[in-house]
Amino acid sequence: MSQYSEKVMEHFMNPKNVGEIPDADGIGTVGNPVCGDLMTFYIKISSDGKTIEDVKYKTFGCGAAIAVSSMVSEMAKGKTIDEVLKFTREMVAENLGGLPPQKMHCSNLGVDALHKAIEDYLTKKKIHPLLCKCPFCDKDLPCAEIMECEKCEKQITKCPYCGKLVEFKETCSNCGKKIR
Amino acid sequence: MKVYLDNHSATKIDDLVLEEMLPYLKDNYGNAQSLHELGQKAKEAIDIARERVSKLINCSPQEIIFTSCGSEANNLAIKGSIMLNNNTNSKHIIVSSIEHLSVLYSAKRMKQLFGIEYSLLPVDSYGVVKLDELKNLLREDTILVSVQLANPEIGTIQPIKYIAEIIREFNNQRKNKQIKTLLHTDAVAACGIIDVDVQQLGVDMLSLAGSQFYGPKGAAALFLKKGTKIVPQIDGGIQEDGRRAGTENVACIVGLGKAAEIAKNHLEENFQKMIKLRDKIIHDVPQKIQYVYLNGHPVNRLPNNINFSFEFIEGESILLLLNQKGIYVTSGSACTSKALKLSHVLEAIGVDAAVAQGSVTFTLSKYTTDEEVEYLLKELPPIIERLRSLSPLYSYFLKTGKRMQAGPGTDYEDDHSHINKEMI
Repeated sequence: MSQYSEKVMEHFMNPKNVGEIPDADGIGTVGNPVCGDLMTFYIKISSDGKTIEDVKYKTFGCGAAIAVSSMVSEMAKGKTIDEVLKFTREMVAENLGGLPPQKMHCSNLGVDALHKAIEDYLTKKKIHPLLCKCPFCDKDLPCAEIMECEKCEKQITKCPYCGKLVEFKETCSNCGKKIR
Repeated sequence: MKVYLDNHSATKIDDLVLEEMLPYLKDNYGNAQSLHELGQKAKEAIDIARERVSKLINCSPQEIIFTSCGSEANNLAIKGSIMLNNNTNSKHIIVSSIEHLSVLYSAKRMKQLFGIEYSLLPVDSYGVVKLDELKNLLREDTILVSVQLANPEIGTIQPIKYIAEIIREFNNQRKNKQIKTLLHTDAVAACGIIDVDVQQLGVDMLSLAGSQFYGPKGAAALFLKKGTKIVPQIDGGIQEDGRRAGTENVACIVGLGKAAEIAKNHLEENFQKMIKLRDKIIHDVPQKIQYVYLNGHPVNRLPNNINFSFEFIEGESILLLLNQKGIYVTSGSACTSKALKLSHVLEAIGVDAAVAQGSVTFTLSKYTTDEEVEYLLKELPPIIERLRSLSPLYSYFLKTGKRMQAGPGTDYEDDHSHINKEMI
């Protein structure tokens, strides 16, 4: 099946870290069975609250969706929350040796689900999310869905598509996707 | 072991067909319109093929127009008959909601270009068109009804005979006798597999393709009942009595003819062989796998078609894992289609959108053996089990006994903007 890279097939045939964590610190689900892709990520966080000790997931979807989940789980294991929050869909696709264009956005949901699991953990623990930097003046801002940078008088948000911090406008200034 | 179960997409060419074709790819390369000996050899071969195809569907050879593929035959039937009526006030056609895209898109194109109105004839949960609805949809200005003889995805066979009767009655009673509603049937999936007789069916036009019954790709035909007129879609020459110009694809037409002859002679034998294997799969799979549903009509279906929905998992994954085992099938899931759209057929028969994602079509051929079916029955259950062990939908179901409701979803409208998502 030539539409997938060897790496994608490898992860699809032998997905790593499949399963659920019964006492997970965070759980995140993204997708919709009606669209054909749905994934749930489970994470276990170290006692100091910094590192992702364990990642597991369950995925309903096509070959790409399963390979993406497996790849994301491998990428995240042992990394700090800080590092994992910087993961983007593009990074996952790159590590998989590329994905067919039509699969880039509907099946490449692993990072979103993982980030959602982290969000869930942070919310549960009432830990204030880590600091985000204003992309215009580098000022530290407390992470939130929409952040106000008083110095630049701009609203900042994290683009759900490319993961970059950008001004909260109709479209992302980095990838051009509709974000509002 | 290699098990080819994608025979609605293409069939293995019969050795006898290939043998008959080869001289027309090598030594007999003349143009059938040339008057010299080589040209005449080609012409004679096409005449024989026309005779053989006409015998397969019980019509006269003059009623056969050769085309390059089933889609072309469908385009010719629909566009050709609409264009003929374009100057009149007749601007309405009816097509079923589960037609092949070559029919649906032809209707759509005619709407765009000529303002033709089309109505979609709905189907029931087995995929059988609703005859009462047809009666309601027929109008004084209806010039064409197009309903496929059998659906390639779910195998359901339509009651074309009754549709023809309804239309005949309607034509008899209509006020304006100048207009006649024509009936076209796309028999591409059916012809050569089940008995197709245009006299019994009572149709004005019928499409068929040789690649569905062990002939080559590249030759198909439209049956056009004597006296029925259409506007050619390829202008240029006198080929096919001026109804379809273009140098004849002699070798493929010869192949189509031979395939038609073989199909006619072995129809019953192949039918019995395939239906036995089909029914074994339909019976055995649900014994081995839970939460599996048969799509299409349980009885009135093609002898070579099986379509199952495997709940909680997705079709492309099933297809990939079967492929690893050398079993070749097709799926109606959104992920499998290049347009990322769920099969319009499954949608029309009302299969739950999540369940439909796990749909797989298995189509048998006359070459399918008992051993191959046994192999499928052995390899399929662990694949389904394996994907379910990965599935969050299945684990949710096991824990709660409930189906996960479709969530708020993820709207990827923008991301698919490069793909033509327009569907009828």
